Amino acid sequence: MSFVDIGALEDIPAQGARVVRTKLGCVAVFRTADDRVFALADRCAHKGGPLSEGIVHGHKVTCPLHNWVFSLETGQAQGADTGQVQTFAAKVEAGRVLLDAAQMKTESAA
Amino acid sequence: MKKLVVIGAGMASGRMLEHLFEVAPGEWDVTLFNAEPRGNYNRIMLSPVLSGEKSFEEIVTHDAGWYEAHGVTCRFGERVVSIDTARKEVTGEKGAVAYDKLVIATGSEPFMIPLPGRDLEGVIAYRDLEDTNRMIEAAAPGARAVVIGGGLLGLEAAAGMRLRGMEVTVVHLMGHLMERQLDPAAGYLLRRALVDRGIEVLCSANSKEILGENGKVRALRLDDGTELPCDLLVMAVGIRPASALGRAAGLAVGRGIQVDAQMRSSNPDVLALGECIEFEGQLFGLVAPLYDQAKVAAATLSGESASFTPREVSTKLKVTGCDLFSAGDFAEGPEREDIVFRDPARGVYKRLVLEGNRLIGAVLYGDVADGNWFFGLIKDATDVSEMRETLIFGPAFQGGAPADPMAAVAALPADAEICGCNGVCKGAIVTAIQNGATTLDAIKATTKASASCGNCAGLVEQVLAVTLGDAFVAPTARPMCGCTEHPHEDVRRLIKAKALKSMPAVMQELGWKTPNGCHSCRPALNYYLLADWPLEYKDDPQSRFVNERNHANIQKDGTYSVMPRMWGGMTTPDELLAIAAAAKKYNATVKVTGGQRIDLLGIKKEDLPHIWADLNAAGMVSGHAYSKGLRTVKTCVGTDWCRFGTQDSTGLGIKLEKRLWGSWTPHKFKLAVTGCPRNCAEATCKDLGVICVESGYEIGVGGAAGMELKETEPLAKVASEEEVIDITVAFVQLYRESANYLDRPYKWIAKTGGLGWIRAQVVDDLENRACLIARFDLSQSIYQKDPWAERATPDYQRAWSPLADLTKEAAE
Ligand SMILES: Cc1cc2nc3c(=O)[nH]c(=O)nc-3n(C[C@H](O)[C@H](O)[C@H](O)COP(=O)(O)OP(=O)(O)OC[C@H]3O[C@@H](n4cnc5c(N)ncnc54)[C@H](O)[C@@H]3O)c2cc1C
Ligand code: HEM
Ligand code: SF4
Ligand code: FES
Repeated sequence: MSFVDIGALEDIPAQGARVVRTKLGCVAVFRTADDRVFALADRCAHKGGPLSEGIVHGHKVTCPLHNWVFSLETGQAQGADTGQVQTFAAKVEAGRVLLDAAQMKTESAA
Repeated sequence: MKKLVVIGAGMASGRMLEHLFEVAPGEWDVTLFNAEPRGNYNRIMLSPVLSGEKSFEEIVTHDAGWYEAHGVTCRFGERVVSIDTARKEVTGEKGAVAYDKLVIATGSEPFMIPLPGRDLEGVIAYRDLEDTNRMIEAAAPGARAVVIGGGLLGLEAAAGMRLRGMEVTVVHLMGHLMERQLDPAAGYLLRRALVDRGIEVLCSANSKEILGENGKVRALRLDDGTELPCDLLVMAVGIRPASALGRAAGLAVGRGIQVDAQMRSSNPDVLALGECIEFEGQLFGLVAPLYDQAKVAAATLSGESASFTPREVSTKLKVTGCDLFSAGDFAEGPEREDIVFRDPARGVYKRLVLEGNRLIGAVLYGDVADGNWFFGLIKDATDVSEMRETLIFGPAFQGGAPADPMAAVAALPADAEICGCNGVCKGAIVTAIQNGATTLDAIKATTKASASCGNCAGLVEQVLAVTLGDAFVAPTARPMCGCTEHPHEDVRRLIKAKALKSMPAVMQELGWKTPNGCHSCRPALNYYLLADWPLEYKDDPQSRFVNERNHANIQKDGTYSVMPRMWGGMTTPDELLAIAAAAKKYNATVKVTGGQRIDLLGIKKEDLPHIWADLNAAGMVSGHAYSKGLRTVKTCVGTDWCRFGTQDSTGLGIKLEKRLWGSWTPHKFKLAVTGCPRNCAEATCKDLGVICVESGYEIGVGGAAGMELKETEPLAKVASEEEVIDITVAFVQLYRESANYLDRPYKWIAKTGGLGWIRAQVVDDLENRACLIARFDLSQSIYQKDPWAERATPDYQRAWSPLADLTKEAAE
């Protein structure tokens, strides 16, 4: 893995998200109420809705377009819906948010 | 004898010396320096000294006799100014002394926020006996203190001073108290307990400046301009390792003096322990790990092998009557599971965090009896799979009962108002039940509770059930969502009856089953709270749907549409030029809407603050086409132009829109004013529509033109524009106060049993109408602000752009 610094934790609202542009398309970086971060492709498995604009509750996000709910940990759709959104490694260190850029390179090459 | 010099007579060094004299009696000639003019005492018991529950003498741990018996040379009240590791010599203010081994145990220094005025007299920290005595001396009844910092120390200081009769305000930067040890729910309960003791607590409050007079503190000013007068200001916002001596002596220092697991610094003859050290990047602020370090340091000095491993710590607040306990790691996480138990009746909150089959964290409030049992399970990493189901009930209780949905109603005091329409309290209903009214209808007949709008019927049934026990089976209404047992109606009533003014307050008092709700209840609660407590509650953007959070309508491709207000559907050539320019600049698709205005579609999120700034510059504000709030007021040209016109329908529409815009409602709210019954503005399918006639104005309500097509029902006929405006405002406010979230007015009207009750409130009862209007206007004083103007700033422009762009890096 090769983590890159994408910004400060405070730059992401608690129970909110910010978007990072990558070669693979936009990645949504979420911050939960307990100050953990998760990175998911910013495209809903249903019809491509921007998950970064969803309501964050617990470690889940609800898509703003048709209310599908996804686990931020696994990217799996919850409940009756089926589908998965790609996840990326992300972490917080000394107040900075780090995202695994290697993952994006290899998968864009593939 | 070998010479040992110890710098700092604190909690860590005191314990270390005890161990040392035990394992190696008579081997060391000890010199003990302390900057404070006294020897070792139990610092953590300063709080009971402050509150008057203990005297200083009771907390001294080592007295003159002890030092003498062990041959300790005491140099108390003398600060060490330098260490020379080459010559192995320590210099104090009154002279030097040589050592074979040196122990640094200087503890930490309180962090003082660099606010203007921090050097004024009366600005203190909370660390030692001097600080404690300053607080005790200041504590004349009626004297005022402000404490900055709502952590352990700040709250103990506040509670102690309050017990001595002072007026105390706690100013805390974060959203809830003790945020490092507690989650928001427990923080809410703690805050309530402190407020009950007469302590004022301000959260999310940022200190700006300390104001003084003749060199003495006079008040604290917050960044919102609030001034808090005070005679004493205590800063308790954190500590920093006192590592300067070590740094000057050339030891390896990060944030603290770096030591290995044997407590040795980078110089093998110099040990360090306590709050002044850093071990594997970790700092220490509670005594339990310091005691472990003391043991290791004593062993290292006597040449024995021992090794320090940091352990889990638990926290208790030493404020009599505030029972809270937290231990371990209680953040949510992958493969982690929460068990939440709330008993609103007893003010109890418990949360356990499990990872796999292990308990890794616990937060308890109100009932901490099982704290140490949980702490043991955490420390020992016990496999708890066998008792998982009943774990939260503690060791004594295996086979627990499920949470009681009736608990919130059972906990209501007798004077809590159940029926808002008729002002009936719980006590009156209970009395009626005891006098034989054992059905809902009988209660209605005897007390009038739930006899008007009917919203509180569910609650009355719960009071029946609580009072009669098994003799009454309450029909179960549909809960708001999976997070609670309560239906919308009950939640709305209880928010008012119990004066619940924050999201954690509602979730705790009404027994929410999830830590922070879901996408279904959070927007509803956010609306109820801001509608009922416009002054106290702060709108939470993260509990709003995307459109209301971003003040634009999201489209299927993730772009947004932007729609400026056109008052009453009127515009001007200049506005049209500005709209055209913006459409070109941001490459928008232009659509004339059904709401008599112009929609610019296809705007990227990061462009929103820019296009708003452009439209603002031309005098336009948000049209709120995205909101559960006032949308448009459609009008026809009326007497201005039309040969059939009877009244100034355009002018009245504009007046209504100017009064109502910016208000939030349970669902969207649309109006129209049409100049004659030909109805060109389609007023008969609006939430509220006005039809102008020769003799005045006909007001209809409850129309809709969606999947369900509804015609308005007549509410009133009045003679003047003023009356139209008053009745409209009162109707909107009544809807705001009593409808369920996401019920359009026609649904709400049906639930209240037709227009009768509503007409009585807003048309017939003039006094009530005036009160509704006054409450609406109060809310507008907060919420009638253009959200675009507030957000067309560089800060928002930054916040709404991507956080980072990795497309370039990824290409390398
Ligand atoms: C009011 C209060 C309540 C607390 N409550 C709790 C609690 O409930 N539970 C808990 O676990 N912890 C609590 N703590 C924290 C706990 O007291 C500390 O963790 C502990 O005292 C640290 O011990 P120490 O020996 O490292 O430092 P200290 O006890 O601070 O001792 C350091 C000593 O070194 C002296 N010194 C510093 N520099 C020099 C120098 N250059 N020359 C000579 N002497 C010097 C200082 O004057 C001081 O006396 C509380 C702290 C306070 C202030
Ligand atoms: C997500 C779904 C919807 C979107 C994106 C949407 C969008 C819009 C927009 C942009 C307008 C123009 C409004 C204005 O000028 O302010 C409009 C008007 C209108 N919408 Fe919707 N709408 C939606 C759902 C609905 C629903 C559910 C209803 C019915 C309940 C409805 C009924 C109407 C009506 C009647 C108008 C015309 C307004 C008027 O005549 O006053 N819409 N809609
Ligand atoms: S509603 Fe009546 S007054 Fe208004 S434009 Fe139509 S015909 Fe004219
Ligand atoms: S696009 Fe996300 S739920 Fe439909």
